[in-house]
This record gives sequence, structure tokens and C-alpha cells, in this order.
Amino acid sequence: MNALDVEGLCIDFHTERGTLRAVDRLSFSVAPGRTLAIVGESGCGKSATALAILGLLAENAETSGRISLAGQALTPQAQRAARGRELAMIFQEPMTSLNPAFTAGEQVAEALRLHEGLNPRDAMQRAIAMLERVRIPEAARRAKQYPHQLSGGMRQRVMIAIALACKPKLLIADEPTTALDVTVQAQILALLDELKRETGTAVVLITHDLGVVRDHADEVVVMYAGRVAERAPTAQLFNQPEHPYTIGLLGAAPRLDSRRARLASIEGTVPDLRNPPPGCRFAPRCPFALAACEALPALAELAPGHWVACHRAPLDAVIAA
Amino acid sequence: MWLWLLRRLGQVIPTLLILSVLVFGLQQLMPGDPALILAGEERGDAQVLAQIRAELMLDRPLAEQYLHWLWRVLHGDFGFSWRIRMPVGELILTKLPVTFQLAAMSFIIGVVIGVPCGVLSAVWRDRPADWAINGVALFGISMPNFWLGIMMILLFSVQLGWLPPSGYVPLWEDPLMSLETTIMPAFVLGTGVASVLMRHTRAAMLGALSQDYVRTARAKGLSETLVVGKHALRNALIPVVTLGTIEFGRLLAGAVLTEQIFSIPGFGKLVVDAVFNRDYPVVQGVVMATALIFVTLSLIADMLYMAINPRLRTA
Repeated sequence: MNALDVEGLCIDFHTERGTLRAVDRLSFSVAPGRTLAIVGESGCGKSATALAILGLLAENAETSGRISLAGQALTPQAQRAARGRELAMIFQEPMTSLNPAFTAGEQVAEALRLHEGLNPRDAMQRAIAMLERVRIPEAARRAKQYPHQLSGGMRQRVMIAIALACKPKLLIADEPTTALDVTVQAQILALLDELKRETGTAVVLITHDLGVVRDHADEVVVMYAGRVAERAPTAQLFNQPEHPYTIGLLGAAPRLDSRRARLASIEGTVPDLRNPPPGCRFAPRCPFALAACEALPALAELAPGHWVACHRAPLDAVIAA
Repeated sequence: MWLWLLRRLGQVIPTLLILSVLVFGLQQLMPGDPALILAGEERGDAQVLAQIRAELMLDRPLAEQYLHWLWRVLHGDFGFSWRIRMPVGELILTKLPVTFQLAAMSFIIGVVIGVPCGVLSAVWRDRPADWAINGVALFGISMPNFWLGIMMILLFSVQLGWLPPSGYVPLWEDPLMSLETTIMPAFVLGTGVASVLMRHTRAAMLGALSQDYVRTARAKGLSETLVVGKHALRNALIPVVTLGTIEFGRLLAGAVLTEQIFSIPGFGKLVVDAVFNRDYPVVQGVVMATALIFVTLSLIADMLYMAINPRLRTA
């Protein structure tokens, strides 16, 4: 059974300037112990998807579709009950995501007290053990410290300790390393991989960093302007990207082993979601666009597990022609 | 911590010294001759006036008068009231508990109403309940105390006859009666405090509720009560505590009009009477006592601040 199933998820935001669809018919699944990456530019709907799974979207958001956790449909009540227990999340901003008024230990222990009914002393002991587990040196001393006394990497470790304290079935990591420097980034991601292997937690990794995706994800969903552009196993996506947007992203990713002096970029900007283009949303920026792209492309399975929403797919044929 | 406290106390002394010079100097600018007022009927008699001046050291240079006064204050002697014929220290000590009781009751009323209302109006932002709370708070800020006091006396004393219209019974003589005599003035003063605290609590809570750590708290699965009441409020209270201490200091400095209306023999009444009578030692004593209270309160505020804001503790 999958840890998470998302089927036809739509998220609409009602704003003063009209309603916009941030996520449109998104579907994906993650098996226990696996990592699925959601990739895309800012505003493509990745973070909204994460918050929708937790049920933490702002009040002006409306969601439809089905989200199931280990086969159980996640209703708002079920989400409330699952948050912090079966469903955990770590956020992008370790500097501001911890409460400045409580110690690191208290913040880890809080979830244990709430969900496992531990008394304050046992909860604190478990919290310290958890901090040790996320490789915080001198955990017992650090547990007594406040967030402002910890470095960014340390704070993100505390966030991970909070998230994993109650052994969740699903961990959503929303840009967990974006705010950290590169060496710390690698340590945190390695730690997440290791903990995932130990606990069998499924991970949804939200990022815009394709380097991170390549090294840490089993499967990738590429989103563009609220829709899935392409979905494939990681190796497949990197070896044989089919969607022009994916190809653009891969071309735009900086690579240390590349000798190219200049980075490729995708011309144009992301469309306004209040007034999206009628057909393929990438068409206005796509070098391969045809008249047919004015109609909405359906997500089609090109190879086992490799889905693409593009009228021109498979592109190999197009490029060869 | 101890070093900090020591440094902080070191700042207190110059503050009080400068203040004492100011009070002493400003009094000299007040029109009217204390000797004339004290002489009463015999104001025409130059010999009597000279005698009064000599007795009160008014014929000495100002600097000498000041140093003399300061020297005695340093020995715990605030001088002798020219008018009431009582040691100023003793006078202050009899009035202080009255004002303290009134201030404490007003403050409790202010906090109990103001802080929860501020929290609720932030949680219910832009909904009818928020508008209602804000409307009442605006009313509370705008309403003059003397008017509200008179209205309350009209309703609860004159019309309903539930409470005595004025006067004061000390707490240790008859606690219940004491509460009855102070509840109305305390409420009058408390509404003002509540309104100010409510507005600030609301603003601080709105700020706190939009923070990332509140989202983290929700993601942990905490109930909304805990998210608001623990994670957001703990941070929102930091600015409110400072404000609360200032408000308490204001209450202790004496509520002149309110004490007048309800005939409460507190600090406010004492200092006003002293000013009108040119009773300099009393004015000086009361101002110094008030300053000392303020300085102490701000010290307490800083300590509270450190207790609730860990970022200051280890800085």
C-alpha cells in the first residue's frame, strides 16, 4: 500500500483580484521508504500542494480531489488527527520556523507529550535522544538552548527531530535545505535519507534544485504553472526528459562537471494563473510549440511510469525529424 | 545576570539625582510665596514672614537648600510637611497603600479584560466580533475618566444604591467594604488600561500569528487553543509586558481626577493639594517616591522581559 496517494488535487485561491487555480488535477503516489520529488519554479504550486496534504492552507484556499494516507482518505478531521503523528512536515526557513520563546528540547518534546502522552520528563528524554539521532552534538546541552543560540543547520536538524519524533508515515520536506549553505545542505539531505531508510517513512521532497533531486529522489514530478508537465523515475527523467520544460530546467541547472561557461535559460516568464493560457501552459515559452498546443495536452504514459503532458512527445522523434 | 542588575541599578542613581534637581528647580518657577501662604492671617507682619522663611531655610541660597534637602533624603528623611505638619515620609507611607490598592485593582481589571479581548480580536480578525471589541476599546480610550466616574456613581450609587458613591475604607479594616469603595474607581481606571492593552495585544498577536513558528506548531498537530494560547501568545506578550508596566506606573503615580471624584485619599489627591498649598517638601517627596516606583517598575519590566524573551537572556 502506498504511504500517500494524491488523486486529481485542485487548489483554488480566492483573492480580491479573482480566483486562481494554483494546482490543477495533480496526481501522484509515494510508497513507504521512497522519496518523491516535486520540482518546479516558484509559484508552480509545490508548496500549496504540501500545505494541502497537511490541511494547513490559508482560509481563502479551496481544495478538491482525494488525498489518502496509507489508504485512508484524509478528511479535514483526519488531517488534524494525523498532523504531527502520521503526517509531518519540515519547512524551508529553519531560522523562523522554530518558536523563539521555547528551547529546542521543549519544542521536540511537545509533540511527544501530545501524541504519545508522555510525561514532561520522559518526553524530554526522548527529545534529547531524538536530537542525538539527528546528529546534534551535545544533545542534552543543546536541548536546553533557544533557537537563536543554534546555527541554521542545527535548527533544521531540530525541525527534522520534531517532524520525525512520532515516526510519521509521511514526511513532507518543503525546500528543506534552500536556506542553508552547501556543505550543511548535503549533511541534512544525507541525514534525511538515512532516517528514511531506518524508519520506512515516505518522503515528499519539494525543491527547485535538480541536483538535490538527482541524488535523493526515487521519482520526480515536474510541475509547471499548477499542472504536471512530466512524471518519471529519477534516472529516466534525467536520461530521457520528454517535456520541453523539463529539458529547459535541466539545461538551466548549474552543474559542476559542465564546462559550459553560460547557463541555458528558459525565455519568458511563468503565466499569470488568474488568466492562464488556454491550452498548454508552457506553450508561450516553448520552442517546439505548434498550433495543436492551443489545446490542453493530456498526461500520457510514454514508457512504464514515465508520464508526459505534451503534444509533441516523444520529442526524440521531433528533434530527429 | 547579577552584573546586569548591578549595571542597571547604577543607571538608577543618576536618573533620580537629575530628577531631584529638576523638581527642586521647577518648583522655584511656580508663582506664589510659600511663606505668604503659610503665614495666613499674619501675612502683613514682616517679622512673621522672616521667621517662617528662616525656619524653612527659604532665605538661603537655592543650592544650599537643595543640598540640605538631598543630604536629609539620603538619610531617609523627606522633611516635614509645612502645611499638614507631618513628616513627609510618613505622609507618603499612609497614602501609598491606598493608591497601590486602587492601582492594583485597576490593573487587574485592565489585564483581565484587555489581554483576552486582544487575543480574541486577533484570532477573529476582520469578523464582527473583532469589530465589536475594537469599537468598545475605542469607546474605552475616548471616554474621559471623570465622565465615566460620574455616570457610574449615578447608576450604581444613586439609582441602584449598590455601592457607596465615594470615600475609602482601608483594606485591613474591612476588606469587603474596602472593595466596595474602590471597585468603581478601579473600573473607571481599568477600562482605560484594558483598551490600551487590548489594542497592543491585538497588534502583537496578529504579528505573532503570521509567523512561521505558528505554522510549525500547527504542523505538529497542536490544537488551535495551544497554537494561539501558547506559541503565539508567549511571543506576543513580550511588548505587552513593557506596556503593562508603564500603565501600572501611571496608575501608581496617582489618578488625580478619579481620586478626586470618588474622594479616595491617595497619591493624586495628596500631590494636588500640596501643589496648591506650595507645600514643597510634600511635592518633592511625592515626586521622588513616584520616580522611585517608576524606576523600580521598569527594572521589574526588564527582568520580566528577560524571563519571557530568551533572546535577551544570553545576549
